[in-house]
Amino acid sequence: MSETPRPGSREVSEHAPGEALLDVMEPAGATPSGPITRVHSPLSWRAEVRRQWGRRRTTWAFGLLLALPLVLVGSFFFGERSSNSNRGGASSRIFDLAQDGAANFSLVLVFLASELLLVLLAALFCGDAVPSEASWASLRYLLVAPVQRARLLTSKLVVGVGSTLLATVLLPAWGLLVGGIFYGWDPLTNPLGENLTWGQFLPRLVLAMAYIFITLLPIAAIAFWLGTRSDAPLAAVGGAVLVSILLNILDQLDALDPYRNAFPGHYSRAWQDALAVTPDYSDMLHGALWSLVWAVAFTMLAYRRFRRSDILS
Amino acid sequence: MSLRASLIAALAVASSLAIAPAAPAVAAAPAVAAAPASAVVVSAPAADPVTPEVASVPVGPEPDGTAVRLDVSVWPQASGKHPVVLLAHGFGGSKDSVTDQANALHDRGYVVVAWSARGHGASGGKIHLNDPAYEIADARTLLDLAAKRSDVELDAPGDPRAGVMGGSYGGALGLMLAGVDPRVDGVVSAITWNDLADAFFPQAAVTTAPTTAAGRAPIATPGPFKQVWATNFFLSANRGGGASGGSSAPAATGTSSCGRFDPTLCRLFVQASESGTASPELLALLHAHSPKPTMAKVTAPTLLVQGIADSLFGLDQADANAQALAASRTPYAVRWSDGGHDGPSSHEADETEASYQWLDHYVRDKAPHDGPLPTAAFTYGIPATRSGQPSTLTTLPAYPGLSGGRLVTRELPLTTTEGALVHPPGGQPASLIAVPGLAALGISLSTYQIAALPGQSTALDTQPIAEATTVVGSPVMRFTVTSDSPDVTLFASVWRVTGGSVTLTNPLVAPVRLEVTPGRPTPVTISLPGATYELPAGTRWRVLLTSTESTYANSRVPSRIRITDASALTLPVAVGTSVGGAVAGGLDTEAVIALALLGVLLLVALGGWLVRRRRRRHLPARPDLADIPLVVEGLVKTYSDGHRAVDDVSWRAEKGQVVGLLGPNGAGKTTTMRMVMGLIGSDAGSVHVLGEEVQAGSPVLGRVGALIEGPGFLPHLTGRQNLEAYWAATGRATEDAHFDEALDVAALGGAVDRPVKSYSQGMRQRLGIAQAMLGLPELLILDEPTNGLDPPQIAAMRPILRRYAETGRTVVISSHMLAEVEMTCTHVVVMHAGRVITAGLVADLVDSDDTTIVDLPEHVDHHALAAAVHALEASEGITEVRVDTPTRLVVVADRGRADVVAAAVAAGLPVVGVSSRRHLEEVFLGVISSATAPGEPIEPGDEGASLVERLRQVRAR
Repeated sequence: MSETPRPGSREVSEHAPGEALLDVMEPAGATPSGPITRVHSPLSWRAEVRRQWGRRRTTWAFGLLLALPLVLVGSFFFGERSSNSNRGGASSRIFDLAQDGAANFSLVLVFLASELLLVLLAALFCGDAVPSEASWASLRYLLVAPVQRARLLTSKLVVGVGSTLLATVLLPAWGLLVGGIFYGWDPLTNPLGENLTWGQFLPRLVLAMAYIFITLLPIAAIAFWLGTRSDAPLAAVGGAVLVSILLNILDQLDALDPYRNAFPGHYSRAWQDALAVTPDYSDMLHGALWSLVWAVAFTMLAYRRFRRSDILS
Repeated sequence: MSLRASLIAALAVASSLAIAPAAPAVAAAPAVAAAPASAVVVSAPAADPVTPEVASVPVGPEPDGTAVRLDVSVWPQASGKHPVVLLAHGFGGSKDSVTDQANALHDRGYVVVAWSARGHGASGGKIHLNDPAYEIADARTLLDLAAKRSDVELDAPGDPRAGVMGGSYGGALGLMLAGVDPRVDGVVSAITWNDLADAFFPQAAVTTAPTTAAGRAPIATPGPFKQVWATNFFLSANRGGGASGGSSAPAATGTSSCGRFDPTLCRLFVQASESGTASPELLALLHAHSPKPTMAKVTAPTLLVQGIADSLFGLDQADANAQALAASRTPYAVRWSDGGHDGPSSHEADETEASYQWLDHYVRDKAPHDGPLPTAAFTYGIPATRSGQPSTLTTLPAYPGLSGGRLVTRELPLTTTEGALVHPPGGQPASLIAVPGLAALGISLSTYQIAALPGQSTALDTQPIAEATTVVGSPVMRFTVTSDSPDVTLFASVWRVTGGSVTLTNPLVAPVRLEVTPGRPTPVTISLPGATYELPAGTRWRVLLTSTESTYANSRVPSRIRITDASALTLPVAVGTSVGGAVAGGLDTEAVIALALLGVLLLVALGGWLVRRRRRRHLPARPDLADIPLVVEGLVKTYSDGHRAVDDVSWRAEKGQVVGLLGPNGAGKTTTMRMVMGLIGSDAGSVHVLGEEVQAGSPVLGRVGALIEGPGFLPHLTGRQNLEAYWAATGRATEDAHFDEALDVAALGGAVDRPVKSYSQGMRQRLGIAQAMLGLPELLILDEPTNGLDPPQIAAMRPILRRYAETGRTVVISSHMLAEVEMTCTHVVVMHAGRVITAGLVADLVDSDDTTIVDLPEHVDHHALAAAVHALEASEGITEVRVDTPTRLVVVADRGRADVVAAAVAAGLPVVGVSSRRHLEEVFLGVISSATAPGEPIEPGDEGASLVERLRQVRAR
């Protein structure tokens, strides 16, 4: 139905808009002060998931994630395989092994995605949640629903971090499946040349992905915090990515040793340690701890900011 | 190797090679000459005990009779008797290179003697490469000197309690001094040689399979010449010669190209460089300038530190020294570092500490030689799995193959057992495997293409190893060589084959030079480069045999070489005890710092949460207001830019009322609405809904439905989904929402199931009103509800709101549409410039019989008007006279309108028109102008004009 203005005559016809509401309201009017009963807590996680799900950016993000392995397979198909290339560097050796089997393929996928894609997704899922509501003007309606400020942030954060976790889990799992279909189910040969059985590899992969997930948290928290300061989704997501790029640049400066160890992202590649036959977890421990420090710090800043801020959007 | 590590390595190599510093200390020499004693203190220590005494010590003259003085520094001890340590520097260095170690040893209670070796630094003389007659004799002179010092402890007259410590050139000096001088009580000798001939002409072809980890008993034929290292030596000494050209040894000999090298030595080296082969004279000289001849006589306990990253003095040199010490039952310990002449150790501090402990134990504490060692007998590093990481230190109770230590081996069969290669004419191009510079630049990892030149190399691959193994020492293999030339040179290197890549874990080669009969197969056993290798299960090894190697002098004669019958590799393996520390687990400093920070942050968060929870419980409730849907009391809001948007606003909305909140733009209506909903905080005052104070997210807001400054919806959801999503956010039961009835208010028809982004503004507005009505809230707050609605829709909305209020609920509307408010609202609150100007029943304001509007003509004299108004005010029954505009008066009176007009005329007012107040707009304009006109302009500075303008704006709406 198109938006046709109702002619004034219709107002007195058999049905005027709002009549039904007034009908149900009359009996309710007798006891207007009945207690409000809640069946869920305000803005339950499920309610928030439903708000986020079906958004185009969510669909696109996961679509991109799922398309990446297929794009990889396609590009490997077109490119000639150089079996004995030793161009140097650990990354090229990871790529040389990519077509050895499902395990190696998923490893390459994780290597590729952990550098930027997952960072972007984390910034998107967590940075976009609050300012998108603000830009739709729906934030104030959530707050007067009423949803407590902290509760709103918690729901947004849980769903944002949950989406990040889902992406982090989905990526290697889908990579294993795609890799297995195209390149067979051979176990891992890591860049050091060690062979890990599936029994060794899978728990290590889970550990590596858990670590990657933790290293994504600072960027997610920074994006989240920026999101509480700005009504523009782009500012939050872009700001967080910019911060991560800046930190990466600073991380290159030897002059900042050892203080740069504390930068989020300094140990971002330490997950590869978990895939050695005899893993050295010390860097992963450092990386995880520093990541948690930054994540907690910026999350606290976000709560502090949002709890006090005037909602003018 | 990471870039960072490789840069450090490059620096380290440069400094270990380069480096005779310019000799600034020569100025001290004339003063020394007048000294009577054998040594003269030039600068005695004053207050700071760490300042070394600098002395110029005469030692034996050069072969040509030139007198030689050594530049010596002594770190004295203030009181008591102390052991002494002779601290020798490396080749190309000077006594200044060891200042840090000297200070550290001094702090541990030693008298430290450091000196620039003959031909180095500010010392005179030529370099004889640790000639027993010169450099070693010099060191003995220094021991004599130490014995004469008052602060040095003596074992016997003339026999000081003395240790020797040094690396490379200094390390060999220590071993050789201990071999000729029994006064030495302890030796620490790092990265040094056993036989210098073997170091420069290495031979990996062995006579028998080794019985020790890195043992190598070479065949008699000297190996190929290690050209690059020899040239590096030569050049560094040459540079040193140039720097000290003006010193006590004038460069008058004419062999200026030899720099500070001894001319004989120099000549032999140059010859070897030209021919690429060892002359017997040079070999004899190098043999003599080595610890090997005197090693058996060493009785001082010795710590041998040898580097794996060392293409100059390999592990086999330390192995040979250790064998000699073991044979003479001298206490010794062997420590394999992952550094060396090619790069820095990842455990440098550990190695230095172990050295000091060794001296403390045997020199300072005089521990018995048959007692336990102060350190593990054998320490080695297992390479880290990731580049840039320190190796894992591992120990064994004995060196494998010596002193009761068992050499454990494992066979690794080959899949390729034969191959062929050519030696190119002219020896070019040469394979690049162990170039020290390349290794230091971190290019060691992927050099297979430049190492395995086609035709000039053959690769012998092993089977994959079944279980993970750590190889500690030199693997051994046998094969048969057939060549068409009598002189065969081969270089063996060990590569790891994984997946598609071949990596060189240790950039080392094992050179083999054989004299064979052309055409006749010659069996040979070779010892591959000694190192520690981690072999994960499933790894294959590749032994790469090349006919050339760029760091060596390669023969210019072409040849064809055939390799056959290659045997399995014999790997020396070991399972040691890993030395824990930070690497093995536990928390290091960084982790502790991070954990502490994390803990502090979490504590702060927890504390804040608890405090807020307490505070929330203590929110004051007002039972006396429980029946009043909305009470606003004394609200004040000043924005951060200083603008006071709301100033002491108080009003209330009772049950059953439809309250209109009126005011021009900027009156503070929306700010008040937002404070009522808890969206922005107030600076003062309070808002109570049904007796409960409203703050951000107060639960009582569940009884309020609101439309504030336009609707807000998720654009990707449909109208119905939006309402459902909103209701889901409240957490209340679906049946309380009355979706269908609310959607009926919106009158969207089929559009409810289209995404909101396709809606027009009016549709969104209606949906927004419907959303506010969800759950039939007791207080409905609508900010500009008629925005975007057309007149029929507005008309349709009107009875809904009225009847909504009639059920005992309350509706608050803010609007500019004065006529609309007049028709819809029962009560009105007029705001202006952040304040409430008037409030009351719409009927009272509009239909007041006591108010009369008197129109006046234009251009009435101001003073006359004022007087007339004053007179009118004084008339009987007139309660108030207000100048609405210059042409209009508002008169409030108890009397009838006719009497009021009469009184006005009587007061002298030129009345041209009379009307009663009919519309809210009049009231509105009246109260606003009266609020602004009497000396309370909104913006000081522009009075009349701006007021008129403002009113016009209001009217235009």
